[in-house]
Amino acid sequence: MSAHEPLGGRILTKPFLALSALAAIALVILLARFVFGLGAVTHINNGYPWGIWIVIDVMIGTAFGCAGYAIALLVYVLNRGEYHPLVRPAMMAGLFGYTLAGAAVIVDLGRYWQVYTLLLPWYAQFNSVMLEVAWCVMAYIFVLAIEFSPAVLERFGLTDARQKLSKVLFVIIAVGILLPTMHQSSLGTLLVVLGFKLSPLWQTQLLPVLFLVTALLMGFAIVPFEAILAARGFRRPIETRLLGKLSGITALLLAGYLVVRFADLIVRGQLGAAFAANLETGMFWLENALFVLALVLLARPAYRTNPRMMFIAAAVLLVAGSIYRINAYLIGYHPVGGGWNYFPSVTEILVTVGMFSIEILLYLLFVKQLPVLPRAERVTAVQ
Amino acid sequence: MALNRRDFLKVAAAAGAAGAVDTAHALQREPKTMPPNAVGMLYDATQCIGCKACVAACKEANHMPPEHDAGKSELMWDVPLDLSGKTLNIIKVYQDGNVAQKDREINGYSFVKRHCLHCVDPSCVSACPVSAMTKDPKTGIVEHHADRCIGCRYCVYACPFAVPKFEYDGPFGQIQKCQFCAHLQAKGQLPACCDVCPTGASLFGLVEDLKKEAHVRLSKKPGESHRFARGKLGGNRPTQDGTIANYQKHLYGDKELGGTQILYLSAVPFEKMGLPTNVPEYGYPAITEGIQHTLYKGMLPPLALLAGLVYLVHRNAGKPDESGETPRKTKVKKEKS
Amino acid sequence: MRKQEMSLDGYEGSAGGVTRREFLKFCTGIAATLGVPAMGMQIAEAVTSKQRPPVIWLSAQECTGCTESLLRSTHPTLETLILNTISLDYHETLCAGAGHQAEASKQASMKANKGKYLLVVDGSIPTKDGGIYCKIANKTVLAHLHEAAAGAAAIIAIGSCASWGGIPSSGPNPTGAVGVSKIIKDRPIVTIPGCPPNPYNFLATVLYFLTFNRLPELDSKGRPKFAYNRLIHENCERRPHFDAGRFAIEFGDDGHRQGWCLYKLGCKGPETYANCPAILFGDVGPGAWPVGTGHPCFGCTEEGIGFTKGIHELAELKNVTPPTTYPRITEDKGKGATVTAAALVGGLVGAAAVAGVKFARKLPESSDEASGGRSDKER
Repeated sequence: MSAHEPLGGRILTKPFLALSALAAIALVILLARFVFGLGAVTHINNGYPWGIWIVIDVMIGTAFGCAGYAIALLVYVLNRGEYHPLVRPAMMAGLFGYTLAGAAVIVDLGRYWQVYTLLLPWYAQFNSVMLEVAWCVMAYIFVLAIEFSPAVLERFGLTDARQKLSKVLFVIIAVGILLPTMHQSSLGTLLVVLGFKLSPLWQTQLLPVLFLVTALLMGFAIVPFEAILAARGFRRPIETRLLGKLSGITALLLAGYLVVRFADLIVRGQLGAAFAANLETGMFWLENALFVLALVLLARPAYRTNPRMMFIAAAVLLVAGSIYRINAYLIGYHPVGGGWNYFPSVTEILVTVGMFSIEILLYLLFVKQLPVLPRAERVTAVQ
Repeated sequence: MALNRRDFLKVAAAAGAAGAVDTAHALQREPKTMPPNAVGMLYDATQCIGCKACVAACKEANHMPPEHDAGKSELMWDVPLDLSGKTLNIIKVYQDGNVAQKDREINGYSFVKRHCLHCVDPSCVSACPVSAMTKDPKTGIVEHHADRCIGCRYCVYACPFAVPKFEYDGPFGQIQKCQFCAHLQAKGQLPACCDVCPTGASLFGLVEDLKKEAHVRLSKKPGESHRFARGKLGGNRPTQDGTIANYQKHLYGDKELGGTQILYLSAVPFEKMGLPTNVPEYGYPAITEGIQHTLYKGMLPPLALLAGLVYLVHRNAGKPDESGETPRKTKVKKEKS
Repeated sequence: MRKQEMSLDGYEGSAGGVTRREFLKFCTGIAATLGVPAMGMQIAEAVTSKQRPPVIWLSAQECTGCTESLLRSTHPTLETLILNTISLDYHETLCAGAGHQAEASKQASMKANKGKYLLVVDGSIPTKDGGIYCKIANKTVLAHLHEAAAGAAAIIAIGSCASWGGIPSSGPNPTGAVGVSKIIKDRPIVTIPGCPPNPYNFLATVLYFLTFNRLPELDSKGRPKFAYNRLIHENCERRPHFDAGRFAIEFGDDGHRQGWCLYKLGCKGPETYANCPAILFGDVGPGAWPVGTGHPCFGCTEEGIGFTKGIHELAELKNVTPPTTYPRITEDKGKGATVTAAALVGGLVGAAAVAGVKFARKLPESSDEASGGRSDKER
């Protein structure tokens, strides 16, 4: 018997309809974007060429999608088999996160009709970090789809195909661990070329390491966050013990991250810059305070059996990682020459909200129709 | 044994903390050099009279429309505030105090011409994933090709001089930036701005020659007379006899960010004119490409990592069971439901 | 009868000009008849009711160009001025008498009108070697100037030479030529520079003085602001070509033929203050000024530029402040936060926080509570 089952139940619930409305608004605005151009719908300008569609929808969206990466790492590399039931929902979260990030990229590209040039080898500029990110993300979406396909195959009773797939799945899984390692770190390397344009509080050659680790941390945080939400939302038991152990691993990684982050600042002699009084330093301290708070919450053994604390810790960590990305790409970034202003427009914000709504919508749909969540009995058994 | 990432990171943290400074230089690739026949421009702000003939000529040569800035004043015809999708070359003014005297930092003013500096190690060329920004190997001109650009705007984000501009005001925008009139140079003509400049403030020529000329000007005393070439250095246009101003004793673009092919001389400090000065003598791509090349040398490290991962996953995953699930080999209480 | 004879307007037909020869013949005749050395101011029928103010015109190192320029004025004509409006008691070129007679009449006028006459000076004043390079009636013009200035109500220095030294003062300046303001320091001096100046600048100043009994507003160099307040560059009809970057490169080239800006040929318009493009010369229609004819202005009114800078040397642009149509190094660009957007973000963040807190509150605090829930198939 399959270890997973569809949740079943009504699809068109109130939350579903509300989210659909938000998604519909976003789609209408996107239509305007394609008819009138980016300037008509966003406040993106040549001082701030990347706005929240890139920074939130893509960078934070893919970091949220690192659930699959984190769990795959745990289960298949660190050999923590007990997390196996969490693999499928994590893969799905990853698939949605990355697919929506991909959609956000297409929407944000100024010349989206030429996006195929990314795949033409004679145009490829191999020194470009962006190329590597694009290729890895495209490949990873593909990989995630394959990694998730067992749920679909199972649903439609295609056991034969499933058997065949299982034989090669280990290669796919390995690739699915390599690819995010490459591109999540490269999302950090993207910032290195900014040089002096990025505040020394964030600009460092360790950017790839910092981005990779925070992505992993966010991946580890999304798992309990989503699991507890789903459990409560669908009135299922919470896999407290499993999630509690995960907290321990997350805490260790988070501690390591904070050490590296601050050691890097001190060695570069830039810690002093954090004591001026302005928006940038305020956001810097907020970012790190949240990381520290998350660590404090995760590190206490008592909290590892406390779903409330686990949820709060996970939420705090997700917010911290998100703020780190917003800081690095928007707050700590200073356009040359000054004078440039950027704050997302209302339509821009509504598109982002709509994108995330679509993600949640799809989650609700899939979780009810496909065998994604682990069977309740299995969950209780493992406790 | 399983690859213990946690421990690896712990070690890396210590190593990183200790070696962060050294890593900075270790991960840099070799600096790029100026192409042999590099062409460039010497812009002498002290000779610039702010007539904006170059702005008008550039618009004409590149078929750019005028830019009304209704926000400031509906009565003006072409008043760009900065480089943009419609303006590839702009004259800006530096003003201080009562702006009484030209080419003076305090209570004075000066003009500055801004457009692509055609860097020796361009950030835009390194950033672009689809080679929409290329540097000509002979002349060094950095050109943009809209026919392959995807509009990701990474070049806009990366350029240390804020040069490439994307056209956001329509559904089919493209990146716009000065191409040094490559289309005119191909016909043996001068870039439009240098062609029309009445004083020779924008002077075209081989970068080598321009640097020599700049150093001649810098070595003279303020007030000394000097014969300023117009159009092209070494060309046959009538020169003009002017006087050497009180220059900042520095040729901007000689070393900044690995060097640029557009060079600047000015009496007012360069950072006040909007040209970044707190920059290293290597281009930032040297660092990013250094990181990328180290991590992805011929794709060997990723492939090696992949091989390791495949081995581990295969080992830990084991054979698929009858339901097609990929079980794992560690101990787990499997309760029969 | 006399009026008819005296009426010179329309005498020669078109410009109403009277040749010097005829003029002198007339004046001499009258003067001889009357036995008065000065031109027949008392004779002229068109004398206005009030007494015409006396003017002494002292000529130093001059070329007579300023007088020649005045002769070409048409509104008023020179004869209207000197016969109807003022009493030109002494002018070497125009006065009827000569020699000691002329000098005597000058002295008489200066004595009789002490403190009330207008002194006009043209030509530069030599100062080297005691000023011997220009002597009239065996006295240096320097001495004449001191003498005449002592009793003058106001002094007008006409022409660049009298204003700042002009052509004799350029180059090695062998005579030590200087303008009047360097010699006379205790009187108001109006300078009307130009080589020659437009006659109407002078005439307008004089008429202003006669009408209002004071001098018009002057700039720091004593030039009347109504004429010398603006750069030629600011009024030039070729300015649009300058602004659009269309320059003549060589005389006779395409651009030159089309009337393009002469800046590249060395036009000093951008650093020269004068009203030539506005009032032109000779009253013969448009384009009657140097730039209009296709030759760059050489800055004849400006000390340090006229006769000093090379004709084809580029001019400095003298704007008082750069016009505000230049963008500054840093300009405000891009759209920042609108109230709605900020409120929306605030609302979203707030809602998420509130929802999160509410959700977390309802979460169990221990694993015992967490497990032991039925697995519900229905939501």
